[in-house]
Amino acid sequence: MSASVKFSDVDLGTEIPGAIYPIDRLTLVKYAGASGDFNTIHWNERIATEVGLPNVIAHGMFTMATAVRVVTDWVGDPGAVVEYGVRFTRPVVVPNDDAGVVVEVSAKVTELLESNQVKIAITAKFEGQTVLGRAQAIVQLA
Amino acid sequence: MALNPQFIGRTYPAGPSYVVGREKIREFARAIGDANPAYHDPEAAKALGYADVIAPPTFAIVVSLEAANAALFDPELGLDYSRVVHGEQTFTYTRPICAGDELIVTTIIENIRSMAGNDMITTKGIITTVAGEPVATASSMLVSRGADE
Repeated sequence: MSASVKFSDVDLGTEIPGAIYPIDRLTLVKYAGASGDFNTIHWNERIATEVGLPNVIAHGMFTMATAVRVVTDWVGDPGAVVEYGVRFTRPVVVPNDDAGVVVEVSAKVTELLESNQVKIAITAKFEGQTVLGRAQAIVQLA
Repeated sequence: MALNPQFIGRTYPAGPSYVVGREKIREFARAIGDANPAYHDPEAAKALGYADVIAPPTFAIVVSLEAANAALFDPELGLDYSRVVHGEQTFTYTRPICAGDELIVTTIIENIRSMAGNDMITTKGIITTVAGEPVATASSMLVSRGADE
């Protein structure tokens, strides 16, 4: 592991650069293929609405993968992530149009731990509302 | 139908191994739109101290899911998969998954509980190399929504 961020350079409340990630139907098709998660609610509007969803929704695991990118981009070495967990609290609804939607991610250091590790709280928002609960990563800094 | 609480603590031994391919890691990284060189360029990964490209953190779900399904589709458990939504997911990493790894997953049903008519089941997949080196764990909490009526 070789994180490019030093423990001595961060403090409680240090903000990590946020990012905005686009999601459209093609994104979901690619993720389904790469992950092997072919649950129809992620690509078939008819099935999604039949089970009571407003439309096709993004894979929770896609949103989880996207949200931690602000952390891995910040720390340089993605292998510095030693723990990462989320609750899936609200779906990201993806309409069948050319525009798609965006998820806005921000994060900050919420705890300084032993052995140069820090806990980072991640906020992921879709249409102004959080879609992940208790999203946090523990990262090994240099 | 409520889940069978006798399954708490049940362990499902590892099935066939999963060999992590460099192109599979690249495909997964492209699918999440992540151009981090550690996922794509073996030289960049080596500069960080790894033998080959490493996988994005959530790639562990690809390795653990099939093993978890062996437990979740056990007919005696009584899980109706059409009513299942993903509630929580947590990974811990001893080290990142790396291209060339040959991994196996042991799955444990850690908890089953009922709340407000829903069943919650927590499984933990312990991912190691075939040689027994610990790599990562993947804990999943699934919610089986109760019948509407």
